[in-house]
Amino acid sequence: MTLLDPPLLAIAAAFLLALVRVLRGPSVADRAVAADVALYGAIAAIALLAVREGSEQLADVTLVATLLGFLATVALSLLVGRRGS
Amino acid sequence: MSAADVIATALIWIGAALILLAGIGVLRLPDVLTRANAATKATGLGLAVILAGVAIEIGTTRAAVVLGLAVLIQLLTSPVSGHVIGRAAYRSGAPLWEGTHTDDLATYYERTELDGPRD
Repeated sequence: MTLLDPPLLAIAAAFLLALVRVLRGPSVADRAVAADVALYGAIAAIALLAVREGSEQLADVTLVATLLGFLATVALSLLVGRRGS
Repeated sequence: MSAADVIATALIWIGAALILLAGIGVLRLPDVLTRANAATKATGLGLAVILAGVAIEIGTTRAAVVLGLAVLIQLLTSPVSGHVIGRAAYRSGAPLWEGTHTDDLATYYERTELDGPRD
């Protein structure tokens, strides 16, 4: 399945670009947004790994990680809002 | 390659391109709100499309159900999280881009501008 390699490279590039934004900031909200992008890139990579392994268990991981990412974003936004008020 | 393989590969490539766009947008755009805009739209649709392609490629009913649920949750929660983080950023006084010409929320919220250089 060499056809899956270019998407994996694109996702890795997106992950690195988002990490640069996490390091640069400048505000907490910037970092939260960038970390979100990095997390979704990681989920996509796990999904592509599931294809490569032909594994259904790895598909379950994507479901849990999606929910976890949403909760993390909402919690972080509460934190950002509280700091400002 | 069968027709299903072709469709799945195309979906995965499109989704990866959208996620790459989100990464570029998060790095290049000028302020929090535009970054959240790029990130939410591109990752929401991008991940959903990739998961759909993966479900087609794996091809079992169980994987289709689990990944379909993940796609549904992703499409429901990604706009919400984008809205919530943008609202929190605005209210906490994150600096807006100099080119911003309409600020409809300005009459509703007291904002304290963060000091420090905008990036």
